Amino acid sequence: MTQPASPNLTDMKKRVLPSGISQVGTITKYELVNYFRSRRFFVLLIIGLIISGLLTALVGYYRPSSFLASPLSFYSTWWAGSITFVIILSGIFYGGDAISGEFQNKTGYFLVANPLRRSSIYIGKWLGAFTASIVMLGVFAAITIANGIYYFGLNIPNQLWESLLFAVLYLIAVLGFTFFFSSLFKSTSMSILVTAILFLFAFTLIQTLVERLVKIEAWFLITYGAQIITNVLIDPYPTTMTQGFGRDAFTSYAATIPEGIAILLAYFVVTAVLGLFLFERREFT
Amino acid sequence: MSAPSIVAENLTKRYGSFTALSNLNLKIEGSKCVGFLGPNGAGKTTTLKIFTDMIRASEGRALINGVDVHLNKKKALGSVGALIESPEIYPALTPREALSMVADLRGLPRAEAKKKIEEIVAEVKMNEWLDKKVGKFSKGMKQRINIAAALLSDPEVIMLDEPTTGLDPRGQSEVRDIVKDLKKKNRLVFMSSHLLNEVQEICDEVAMIDHGKLIVYDTLSNVTTRFSSTGSNTVEIEFSRDIDEQSANRNIASLTSVSSVDRIDSRKVRIHFSGGIQNQERLLLDLATMKIGMISFRPAASALEDTYLNLIKDTL
Repeated sequence: MTQPASPNLTDMKKRVLPSGISQVGTITKYELVNYFRSRRFFVLLIIGLIISGLLTALVGYYRPSSFLASPLSFYSTWWAGSITFVIILSGIFYGGDAISGEFQNKTGYFLVANPLRRSSIYIGKWLGAFTASIVMLGVFAAITIANGIYYFGLNIPNQLWESLLFAVLYLIAVLGFTFFFSSLFKSTSMSILVTAILFLFAFTLIQTLVERLVKIEAWFLITYGAQIITNVLIDPYPTTMTQGFGRDAFTSYAATIPEGIAILLAYFVVTAVLGLFLFERREFT
Repeated sequence: MSAPSIVAENLTKRYGSFTALSNLNLKIEGSKCVGFLGPNGAGKTTTLKIFTDMIRASEGRALINGVDVHLNKKKALGSVGALIESPEIYPALTPREALSMVADLRGLPRAEAKKKIEEIVAEVKMNEWLDKKVGKFSKGMKQRINIAAALLSDPEVIMLDEPTTGLDPRGQSEVRDIVKDLKKKNRLVFMSSHLLNEVQEICDEVAMIDHGKLIVYDTLSNVTTRFSSTGSNTVEIEFSRDIDEQSANRNIASLTSVSSVDRIDSRKVRIHFSGGIQNQERLLLDLATMKIGMISFRPAASALEDTYLNLIKDTL
């Protein structure tokens, strides 16, 4: 029954499969092509431009003193006030359905039956979402800095670069988290909704309740760690302070830079491992 | 060089208390097309999904060319092209981009990939759509691209899960021709289908599964001989010229092992004969020797259908 192999078959057997890293690069490349042609990329870009445009117009027209007192206060108010929102939106838009979409939309069936590890798909898609989000962050940062240069010249405080680095770290953690939730659900709308509720409302609410009622430091919340993006632009750097006495005492907590970095890194590592584990285990039923 | 092979060892898949696949043992080896038949929910797609690591077996092993798919997916699927259900392609990509992605993932050199993509897209008759976004395609057009993706790297093992789903009759015929060509190129094709005539036309062997259990795996002619209620095999013959009833009865019915001849129309007859594959071979030889204008000789779909209905009692 068995026939001799054709030359084609021999050639095919000689072919060496690309390394895992190379396959990750391939997934990232086509994920980006898909993102940059998608409506959601332009929607998010427009949202970023609207936020930047409104701030540019309002500051230019009203010239508020809180903005224009010093370069640090300018960047602290402009950048720190909006960047976490931009990062969360990027996380929701790019990470919310990144994995669940592979199941619900059946695009995973096209990829998974190929000779590549699921981890390559997960990491490739994560890198795609990260790169697309970095573009958003870059656009927002460029507009912020352009405005800063307009008002204060090239006097850009070093703290801004630190804040930018922390923002990238926060983006990494947020995408780790959103990918984890995306792996948890098979429905794209569910994963997007849960991620949006958590980042836009739940974490802030929990942090307030924990700090005000339980009176403990909310070190276990990603949003608490993300405070370093804002805090680094405040001079002096805020510290944990207690005001009042006895039952009326109120403590405002502030994560130190090492604490913030540790929280964000821990969130990324834990959620990335869990998300990858879930994706490896999930079945295309 | 060893022949391509697909081996299922005690393959079992359970979803809670429901057993989708029960101790499937199957060894397919060599260059051929094996039809995988069974009713809805029998376990066909489950089997194919285990072989492509889309789902995990509860027990047992799935081996491709001797490599356990679950333990070493990358190596096992390196020589496999698969089309499971009807995958969706990222809507913003064009077929050229989607196929380039597959080519990159499978390590095709850039120049070879470019040439191969154009060839395979022409083969599935989608060359005019090569640079249009997939999001605008119909189901049938997407399925053609999926078939192209499965065949792009010239895999030696091809797994197809109802590949003609969503295709119009012409598309179905074209896919059948593609599979026939694959057999000529010494590939092992494992194909699930509901279309018995499709399996009859292109497959050499059939595996039937029901309620997650393998019922039979053998050559097409052996299966129909053993399990068809008519007790005989049936072939349909087509002629290039008209053949009268008298000539059909006198000349063909007198051949060894032929039990009866039915004239379907002026150029087609159905021959019932006893015995197995050897008799079928002898019959073909005898008919060719008679030089009566025979242009096709194929087992009648009804034989497989009859066998299927005898073996598979329930629809679910």
